Amino acid sequence: MRELSLHILDIVQNSITAGAKLVIINIVEDINLDELVIEIIDNGKGMDDETIKRVMDPFYTTRTTRKVGLGIPLFKNAALTTGGKFYITSRQGSGTIETAVFKHSSIDRQPIGDMSQTMLTLMTGNENIDFLYYHRYVSGEQNDQFIFDTRQIKQALGGADVNVPEIYMWIKEYIQEGISNLYGGVQ
Amino acid sequence: MKSLAELEALRKSTLEKINLRKEDGDGARVVVGMATCGIAAGARPVLNAFMEEIAKRNLDNVTVTQTGCIGLCQYEPIVEIYTPGLEKVTYAKVKPEMVAQIVTEHIVNGKPCSQYTIGNVQK
Repeated sequence: MRELSLHILDIVQNSITAGAKLVIINIVEDINLDELVIEIIDNGKGMDDETIKRVMDPFYTTRTTRKVGLGIPLFKNAALTTGGKFYITSRQGSGTIETAVFKHSSIDRQPIGDMSQTMLTLMTGNENIDFLYYHRYVSGEQNDQFIFDTRQIKQALGGADVNVPEIYMWIKEYIQEGISNLYGGVQ
Repeated sequence: MKSLAELEALRKSTLEKINLRKEDGDGARVVVGMATCGIAAGARPVLNAFMEEIAKRNLDNVTVTQTGCIGLCQYEPIVEIYTPGLEKVTYAKVKPEMVAQIVTEHIVNGKPCSQYTIGNVQK
């Protein structure tokens, strides 16, 4: 994976498989602390302690078509190579939280990448699941945030199809604009 | 700066078009593998390229869906296309640059791009 947004897309697929109805994607970039935190919170079926240990193992997967499961190990490794941290907390029946902490300035930290593509992929592929994407950028005195909530989008659309060209492109530009505003209008 | 009110206005202005979209299910279906292997190999830009190309050409009865790993990870990104009257075609190692051609030749004109199919792609 070349971008963190691809890891996010992949990790959220686990939440979807776990039957989540709402997935929260939290990205906090804190330049003052030299930290980038990505948190993925779902209300899926959760895991017991035994399973949490096993999902970190590349040779564990729930799928039947192949014998390896690399999603979580790759994401964890992306965080650890920057000198960061990775945790999973989960409770059976209520959900899972995955937290990856990266050193923001590390040369090994992958770029966040195109979150608009990740959100559109999630949204168009899972009409019955809600996604809340929250992105905060803190640097010096600046402390800005961008929030993309598919529940608000669905409300504004009133049941209309996201795949209508004008609407699809509008959402893409809306996310791109929201994120680039965090960086002062440049990407 | 875009606002959600703008989206609502946009929805109203495209309402007519939305109502015209067919739900009869006789159109082509594009299935893109979006498991770890697919994503790592570049499936996300491929999926987005299909969405945009189909949107651009107003192919109302074509649906794009996502699937998991089908066990042929070395051939990812894999795209399967089901068109009425044609056999299922599996494309391997798809790149976003191929998408416009696949949409035009296969979905619109009914002639699969055999050079990109799994049988003709080197491992």
